[in-house]
Amino acid sequence: MTRVPHKILEEAYKVGIDPVQKNRSGTLLHVDQTTIYSKVNEFFKGKIELMDTKEALHKYPWLRDYRWRLVEKDKDEFTKKVAEDFSGGYFMRILPRAEVTFPLQSCLMITKSDLEQRVHNIIIAEEESKAHIMTGCVQHSAVENATHLGISEIYVKKGAKLNFTMVHNWSEETSVRPRSAALVENEGAFVSNYICLRPVKDVQMYPVAFCNGENSRASFNSILYGHKGSSLDIGSKAVLNSRGSKTEMISRAIAREGAKIIVRGMIEGNNPECRGHLECRGLLIDDESFIQSIPELIARKRGAEITHEAAVGKISEKEIIYLMTRKLSRDQAVSTIIRGFMDVSVMGLPESLNAEVDRIVDLVAEAS
Amino acid sequence: MDTTLNKAGMMNILEIKDLEVKVEDKVILDSIDLKLRAKESYIMFGPNGSGKTTFVNAIMGLPQYEVASGKIVFMGRDITEKGVDERSRLGISVGFQHPPEITGVKLSDMFKLCLGKDLKDEFSEEEKELIEAFKLTEFLDRDINVDFSGGERKRAEVLQMIFIKPRLLLLDEPDSGVDVESLKLIASEIQRYVEDTGSSALIITHKGDILEHIKAKYACVLLEGKIHCFGNPKRIYETIKRSGYKECVVCEERAIEGW
Repeated sequence: MTRVPHKILEEAYKVGIDPVQKNRSGTLLHVDQTTIYSKVNEFFKGKIELMDTKEALHKYPWLRDYRWRLVEKDKDEFTKKVAEDFSGGYFMRILPRAEVTFPLQSCLMITKSDLEQRVHNIIIAEEESKAHIMTGCVQHSAVENATHLGISEIYVKKGAKLNFTMVHNWSEETSVRPRSAALVENEGAFVSNYICLRPVKDVQMYPVAFCNGENSRASFNSILYGHKGSSLDIGSKAVLNSRGSKTEMISRAIAREGAKIIVRGMIEGNNPECRGHLECRGLLIDDESFIQSIPELIARKRGAEITHEAAVGKISEKEIIYLMTRKLSRDQAVSTIIRGFMDVSVMGLPESLNAEVDRIVDLVAEAS
Repeated sequence: MDTTLNKAGMMNILEIKDLEVKVEDKVILDSIDLKLRAKESYIMFGPNGSGKTTFVNAIMGLPQYEVASGKIVFMGRDITEKGVDERSRLGISVGFQHPPEITGVKLSDMFKLCLGKDLKDEFSEEEKELIEAFKLTEFLDRDINVDFSGGERKRAEVLQMIFIKPRLLLLDEPDSGVDVESLKLIASEIQRYVEDTGSSALIITHKGDILEHIKAKYACVLLEGKIHCFGNPKRIYETIKRSGYKECVVCEERAIEGW
């Protein structure tokens, strides 16, 4: 990775991208409008493919069928813009039966002010494959007024397991509009983890998973730490179309210092033997901030079992006092609860990645 | 005269003087006087709603329990105005009847906090053995009290207290909702801790079973916010079983001054 400027590597490290690549299966760096680096670790060759989406479309004519299949081109002004013109993105393909235990890492960066980055990512987890992907989005601290438009289309084929973790680290001047959709086939499992810890101007996204296969599963976990006036409108939607389709959504939101967070969730049960549960918890730290939870449950077949629980409010005084009976000061008790609230163990990450996400959360928790 | 010494010349770990406690402006405890000696275990009986939980929580210093008058003296020091965390650092610890669940804070985190460790520190071999003896090893990575059974909660509460190494243990119904085996474990571990460290314990209970494992010389009865009787725990328990708490009111004149 020696060709990549040091400053970019430093920023990448903040979102969990490991420049040493020791435990990495593959790395892709997309800066502004160009893919500047893409490499698959020798050890994982024959297990995964990783390249720029434009290059992949050129190499594999069949890939055209996967592009704009899950996300509608004219869904909104942002998808229309990416359909008009895009600068690349990543194409990842985990080959049939391959097990990629270490995360693939991709990193999308904006280094110039007033730039509108438009990317289109396609991920295919082929039959019976297992993979953990971690992607980070960063930009140079100096950049102002940038926009990131990212389309991601994810295919989880028969019996495949895909754990997809996205860590956002934009600046206070950036608007972010990811548009993601996943298709899960028979016995497939898709886990989508979203972590947003640093201040951002605004993020609006509502990724969807179509559980079309029998016993297909989709999980959405998000940890949102809104501060310094960040505006986050984060949803997740699962469409349960088949027998045994299952979804679980867990979101944790913390709002302080004028942050506005809207957490949406929608579960649509279209099969009598599907099941879904949605859990949303929000901690409001001060009165300048705001959290709104909007769960929506839709049942179209009588057997569909769809539930939700939501709780939004301040940190429980009872919990604080409990910790204070264990020798902690009030401040220590509050930070212990907040740190615990951002616990990532729900995300089903492998240990190496868990430690890494923990490290990022620690950095933020200490700084605040 | 040193007020912390009782008639026998022994040190009193806790002295409650004319204590009145209010919860949401309602008087729950009225003119309570009580002295607990060092190195002793005590039992407190009393029907539901008699103010037992208020009593231990007020000693611990929980903010919603307002001391309207009177004094709480711990090891010779007036702690009436001290906060919860300060009291816990001075050596008072409470095992709650209904401890809260905290999402994301693991049982192992709680143990480490009680031990004064950093959350990234490991447990020592000795600590691991104790956790195993309490049958809590497999719960270490679970969020504290979330989906714990009655026995699991109580075992977790008592082990947290032991890790804090307090001088005074206040146990609010450690035997409620607990299976026979857990009760035996909890009670004998409390007894062992008290003996090994020379600390004191005050145990609130409705039941007699715990008396089999805790060597307590004295018990008292709390009724309608007042202490009514002092005496031998087993004898008091038999009386309550036979005649109900009303007997304790009748025989009030037999109550001795102090223990």
